[in-house]
Amino acid sequence: MSNLAGSCKMDLAQTLDEYFLENRHKLLEIAAFLDRLDRACDGATPEDDFRVAAMRRAIGVLLSDSKCRARDVQLILSDPTDEPRERLDRKAAWGAYINQNGH
Amino acid sequence: MEYIEPHAHMVSRTTDDYQQLALTGCVALAEPAFWAGWDRRSADSFEDYFGQLTDFEPKRAAQFGIRHYTYLCLNPKEGENRELAREVIKRIPKFLERPNVIGIGEIGLNRNTRNELETFKDHVALALEYNQLILIHTPHLEDKYKGTKLIIRALQTFAKLDPQRVMIDHAEEHTIEMIRDNGFRCGLTLYPHTKVSMARAVDILEMHGTQGIYVNSACDWGNSVPVAVPQFILEMRRRKHSEETIRTVVYDNPISFLSQSPKFHLQAPQASVSQMAEVGI
Repeated sequence: MSNLAGSCKMDLAQTLDEYFLENRHKLLEIAAFLDRLDRACDGATPEDDFRVAAMRRAIGVLLSDSKCRARDVQLILSDPTDEPRERLDRKAAWGAYINQNGH
Repeated sequence: MEYIEPHAHMVSRTTDDYQQLALTGCVALAEPAFWAGWDRRSADSFEDYFGQLTDFEPKRAAQFGIRHYTYLCLNPKEGENRELAREVIKRIPKFLERPNVIGIGEIGLNRNTRNELETFKDHVALALEYNQLILIHTPHLEDKYKGTKLIIRALQTFAKLDPQRVMIDHAEEHTIEMIRDNGFRCGLTLYPHTKVSMARAVDILEMHGTQGIYVNSACDWGNSVPVAVPQFILEMRRRKHSEETIRTVVYDNPISFLSQSPKFHLQAPQASVSQMAEVGI
């Protein structure tokens, strides 16, 4: 994956024409979601939740110069440890990594 | 364009979905054993399920000219129960001779526990003993990266294992390199939210090439799209990829993997009137 330049067959204008509106939509969905968290009826601090904390770190990646932002975001949301879990804690994944301290 | 759907849980889908698959060009599909959404209480329950996968579903698919293949296993979501897993694994061999069984799958990990890992290794040993293809489920979301590493590490302890006979599925941006760098085949699953979108699948192919990669819907009882592969074809065309490149991903690559089983072929199935009556149509 050394040379990614030109690997998309559309030029910049074509890519924007095809994909800008749907990604503008997704950007607004995230903005509105973050606003919604702030308006939660219990007044809890969103950043105290491990998922929101991970999402805020991931949003930072979007503004980076990385050419592999999707991969970088995936890694931020992933369990970084190497050893198997001793026992099953729950059936379903959370979507972001939570450590033993709940963060 | 004709295509192969290499991962679909049709027991959870309607006959209308078979019709949509046929109308959009699907000529064959492979159905791995999976989690029913609840834990089964006995190995007998699995035997009934394996009967459904090897008898009822091929007939249902044949009505629409679709050839149906299957993989058998106890799914990773139930892999924590070692006692049940051992009993189910004991009962699988008697189904392996059935004409549409091509492998063991989808095995793998769910929450990356020690018990799940042991159950996974037992299934790999079974596949090698009976010379079966292997289809691997990599875990969801935050568990995928670590789970894929654990799976590859475990596979590498089997000296006789040919990585080209192993399909590691549900790959995403952060796992595709480790799968391919270790010589395994690689699947991208097209899901609305929790795996890759059509656009991201095309991105991955543009960044990594098409060799050894296929796409699938993994449609089941959850939020999934049975005609995801034809939607992917449209996305590839939108992105100006040639018909030849698209065919490589949706037809040639699945055939390249699946035809390593001597049972796999593409002659259209014949659905007799009596077979149709048998499935209640």
